[in-house]
Amino acid sequence: MRLIAENLGGERGGELLFSGLHFAVSSGEALMVTGPNGSGKSTLLRIIAGLLVQAEGMLRLEGAPAAFEGLTAAAHYLGHLNAMKPVLSVGENLHFWQSFNGQGQYSIAEALDYVSLGEIGHLPFGYLSTGQKRRVSIARLLVSDRPVWLLDEPTAGLDKASETQFTGLMRGHLTSGGIIVAATHLPLGLEGSKELALGAAA
Amino acid sequence: MGALFLRDVRLGLRAGGGALVGILFFLAVIAVVPFGVGPDLKLLSRIGAAMLWIGALLATLLGLDRLFQADRDDGSLDLLIMASDRHMLPLTILIKCLAHWTVSVLPLVIASPLLGLFMNMEAAAIGATALTLLVGTPAITLIGAVGAAVAVSLPRGGLLVSVIILPLTIPVLIFGVSASYGAVEDPAPFLAPFLILAAITLFFAVLGPIAAAAALRSSAD
Amino acid sequence: MSDAVSKTGRWIDLANPTRFLSLAGGILPWLGGLTVLVLAIGFWMSMNAPDDYQQGSTVKIMFIHVPFAWLSMMCYTIMSVAALGTLVWRHPLADVSAKAAAPIGAVFTALALITGSLWGKPMWGTWWVWDARLISVFVLFLMYLGIIALTRAMDDPAKSAKATAILTLVGFINIPIIKFSVDWWNTLHQPASVLRMGGSTLDPSYLKPLLVMAIGFTLLFFTLHMMAMRNEIWRRRVTAMRRVAARSADRGTVS
Repeated sequence: MRLIAENLGGERGGELLFSGLHFAVSSGEALMVTGPNGSGKSTLLRIIAGLLVQAEGMLRLEGAPAAFEGLTAAAHYLGHLNAMKPVLSVGENLHFWQSFNGQGQYSIAEALDYVSLGEIGHLPFGYLSTGQKRRVSIARLLVSDRPVWLLDEPTAGLDKASETQFTGLMRGHLTSGGIIVAATHLPLGLEGSKELALGAAA
Repeated sequence: MGALFLRDVRLGLRAGGGALVGILFFLAVIAVVPFGVGPDLKLLSRIGAAMLWIGALLATLLGLDRLFQADRDDGSLDLLIMASDRHMLPLTILIKCLAHWTVSVLPLVIASPLLGLFMNMEAAAIGATALTLLVGTPAITLIGAVGAAVAVSLPRGGLLVSVIILPLTIPVLIFGVSASYGAVEDPAPFLAPFLILAAITLFFAVLGPIAAAAALRSSAD
Repeated sequence: MSDAVSKTGRWIDLANPTRFLSLAGGILPWLGGLTVLVLAIGFWMSMNAPDDYQQGSTVKIMFIHVPFAWLSMMCYTIMSVAALGTLVWRHPLADVSAKAAAPIGAVFTALALITGSLWGKPMWGTWWVWDARLISVFVLFLMYLGIIALTRAMDDPAKSAKATAILTLVGFINIPIIKFSVDWWNTLHQPASVLRMGGSTLDPSYLKPLLVMAIGFTLLFFTLHMMAMRNEIWRRRVTAMRRVAARSADRGTVS
């Protein structure tokens, strides 16, 4: 499986943020998108997710598993927002996304254990702290299977221990043949990941 | 899809109390009518069906702007759009409309016979009005979905949605009211406008979600 | 000096929700029992009251209609006092009391409207007329619903308490309007006949069951109100405990 971008350009509000991007990410590889604020990291991720249309160029996913047609269907997108309802409990939120996006490898209880929130599945999402909310959002990636993970500042609000834990989860995803594209300021602790610098003078 | 329906119904019932506000608005609108036109029971019973319909129309428009806005604010909308390969987006929108209708409009329909008594309407007129509301109000919600989708990216789209939608809902109002009168006044037919009303609802059950889906896709940024 | 201290002590005691809970636990069974007893007696007396020579047996609707109407106004008055308690004395239970009373008041008002409507159909020939008494009670019903909607709309009880208290006090204007509407305007609804200057116009054979029923329903109101307050205190404790649980879940993982 390969995610390939050729001569990719993205714009926001009529302004061209980047153009002529070439990259290819294969199974088991991670691509770190770095760059200053406003360089178009989030825009690139949203283009890959199919939420925005690219200004130019080509984007395709080769050799995806048969269950997933097209790049959007094969991708998990973790944006700045957590996509959870504060009045519903953590378990209800995850249960909804699981039944909407399809049963994955892990059950809700297992996914919550992976982010160390096993005990508070019954609490309303709104009661949680910022970091806990982020971890519930990460658990959403586990309850349904998608080979491509698109992560926009995934560790925002996480403490050191949770960051380490999340790195472990990403490693597991890569080992099982997944692809990760992450926009980040901080190193995510993944060895041998490719880097794509946007908007840098270099 | 069942999960989406359940989630939206739960959200509507829990906290916020959006459903209660809709009914309250409906009650208040009907309660001010006699102040405006005077407490003449004959006059009230004659305009009762029309007033119930106008009140229900306004109360239905009230909560529509939150239909997609809430999902957009917390990022759920992105994921709903991304899942369109598994669940057709228009279908997702139709389910959301149905959930919204069940929580915030169905209570209005249930309350309408009671308000009919306040307006001194006859039993047949009350029954006909409740029935036409049951069949007609889904059309208002479905048309409203288009407006809500168009205005979703606006920070203060609330009033705008109502303004955009109101002209489009006028046919629903016309046939709803004429069917209600048809049930009581002799020369006027009941079945013909009632069937047209049902047809409008079915038509917008298809057109509304498709148009709203197109608007939502293009609104993503 | 010591008197003042003990007074403050008692004041704080009553304000303490835990103290209220144990007090309520002790009182509620007796209050509930008394309510059932008085209502049963009142019901029996009402059934045995003579039929009216004009109205027939429909006059007996009065025995429930009048208590419901009284209670709808009393409940709002209690809520207004509680609102003052929230705003002026900042009594921690005042807000609980107001919030718990609102749904009960709404139900009593609805029952007053419904029973009045059932009584009005044979008497006036219509379920509903738009005269001053009926409109003002209907407005009271709408205000109850508005207050309920406001308390439900805000998640944080501390924030909603003040807003609700202010709304309740503003709405209190309606209570004297309801009370005196039958005197101020010429309405279809009959004027007050029980509580009035120069003694009651009601025959004792009706007055006695009516008073017993009124006492019974007032007891019922206080029983329900106390239960609702207890539930509200428990609900707030559950919320607080859940927040603590959310915080402590993290400490567990770090250590």
